[in-house]
Amino acid sequence: MKQIKMVSLVGLMALSGPVFAETVFVSLEKDNAIALVDPVDGKLIKTVPIGQRPRGVALSLDGKQLYVATSDDNTIRIMDTETLKEVGRLPSGEDPETFAVSPDGKLMYVSNEDDNEVTVIDIAAKKAVTKIKVGVEPEGVTVSPDNKWAISSSETTNMLHWIDTKTHQIVDNTLVDPRPRAVSFTPDSQQLWATSEMAGTVMVLDSASKQIIQTIKLQVQGVTDELIQPVGVVIDKDRKYAYVAMGPANRVAVINAQTYQVEKYLLVGQRVWNLAFSPDQKRLYTTNGTSNDISIIDLQEHKVTKSVAVGRYPWGVAVKP
Amino acid sequence: MRLLHYWRAMAGIVGREILRFLHQRERFISALVRPLVWLFVFAAGFRAALGIAISPPYETYILYEVYITPGLIGMIQLFNGMQSSLSMVYDREMGSMRMLMVCPLPRWFLLCSKLIAGTAVSVLQAYAFLGIAWLYDIQAPLMGYVWILPALLLVGMMLGALGLLLSSFIKQLENFAGVMNFVIFPLFFMSTALYPLWKIKESSEILYTLAQYNPFSQAVELIRFALYEQFNPQALIFTGGAFLLFMGAAILGYNPSKGMMVRKGGGGD
Repeated sequence: MKQIKMVSLVGLMALSGPVFAETVFVSLEKDNAIALVDPVDGKLIKTVPIGQRPRGVALSLDGKQLYVATSDDNTIRIMDTETLKEVGRLPSGEDPETFAVSPDGKLMYVSNEDDNEVTVIDIAAKKAVTKIKVGVEPEGVTVSPDNKWAISSSETTNMLHWIDTKTHQIVDNTLVDPRPRAVSFTPDSQQLWATSEMAGTVMVLDSASKQIIQTIKLQVQGVTDELIQPVGVVIDKDRKYAYVAMGPANRVAVINAQTYQVEKYLLVGQRVWNLAFSPDQKRLYTTNGTSNDISIIDLQEHKVTKSVAVGRYPWGVAVKP
Repeated sequence: MRLLHYWRAMAGIVGREILRFLHQRERFISALVRPLVWLFVFAAGFRAALGIAISPPYETYILYEVYITPGLIGMIQLFNGMQSSLSMVYDREMGSMRMLMVCPLPRWFLLCSKLIAGTAVSVLQAYAFLGIAWLYDIQAPLMGYVWILPALLLVGMMLGALGLLLSSFIKQLENFAGVMNFVIFPLFFMSTALYPLWKIKESSEILYTLAQYNPFSQAVELIRFALYEQFNPQALIFTGGAFLLFMGAAILGYNPSKGMMVRKGGGGD
């Protein structure tokens, strides 16, 4: 009887194991490679070479393919997440850095910094559908979860461009704080959050009025204002917390998304750039560019649990369930 | 001599020491204020001082406050060890040491009881400090607060034995300032309490070697690892070895026929 219990216990443990078996994909800008990390063991699994200067990464809806913007190859490569082999390329236009996949998984919006354009790609057909002229140096790009808006932020024009996803026309522009970087919608699509690299602020915009409703200034005791350069921003599914990567300030800001108060600054590696949730949103992963590692944050405790060395200049991060 | 006698003697000594400590509220507060000043003032000024490198037992980047917390616990125990040695000198001058020494139990046992008493006090201080640090957002894993107990006990005994050994050398209370200059400061500053070994190595190879073999460093590392639920066998062996060495020497030192007592011409006290 005891033995049966033991066996069933072992069986249960084996069953419960794969629940956490997610893989973190990290692009390594200097190593021209993708690193695979097991976040539960906190270990680098392997590093797979990819094209020149990989930066933005995203997964397909089914998680079977990873899109990687290889900036110096002027293309977006498609990697099979099982075989880790390249299975195709997308015509991204010149120097792709960041891109966003539409919620239905059909279209991809790529910012082309040098050409001041956003290229729209039909992923299945592997063809560029259209190119949309935007402000100078487009940087961040995102699509609202309700698939109504694509947003492009232009670093030099200091604007957010509201692109109607049906017509692919710019409908409105919002002037924001200098050098807007990342943009991200709340899961209910009601708000758009944007970071300003130079002002050290996070702006919250109302999707209906397209106006800034809140500006949050980030300040860390003992860190000079010049070092506070917010980049990546993500908001959790219940819109309880937003997390902002603060670049060379080496911290992630934990912002209460209801009161807009910064509750905590968590110390991570150097020049923290981008952020990604685990599928259950219990953890957050950060890419730390100059300390060559990723940090793992426990979101229930709001504590950094581990930093894992991955390779040179980690940039983008995507999590496969 | 029955076990009960031993127990009664030890309970008496430990109980007296704890009671004395709890009644002296100023002593309790001053024992806490010292590490807290270091934590709130000194460490706050050096927040970003550590630079980039993750060294075990830490698995990610930490603020300086987090780094020096185990070192400050070591400091609490170091000062406590020295303080009990100071009170031994005082006891000797006042004659209450004689009372203890005429007790018909082995000398080593009486001295050990004294040590355990001092250690118990330092453990209370350490937990009080950890409690305040917790409120200041320096939080270790919960089990770490359990694992740290055996480490605190061993380190307390080791530093207490060192104090005991010193007290057998010190003739008068006035000489205690020398202990401060020649023992406490070198032990504390040439250790991993304030800066990690790799940081010391960057500045001086000699200091690095001294810090590495400083028993206080090993004691701090034992505490540091235990607080983060990890076991550091090297630190354990080193701290344990230092305890046996100091204790052996102290027992010898307190032996009226062989030890330092004779040389001092006091013959007992």
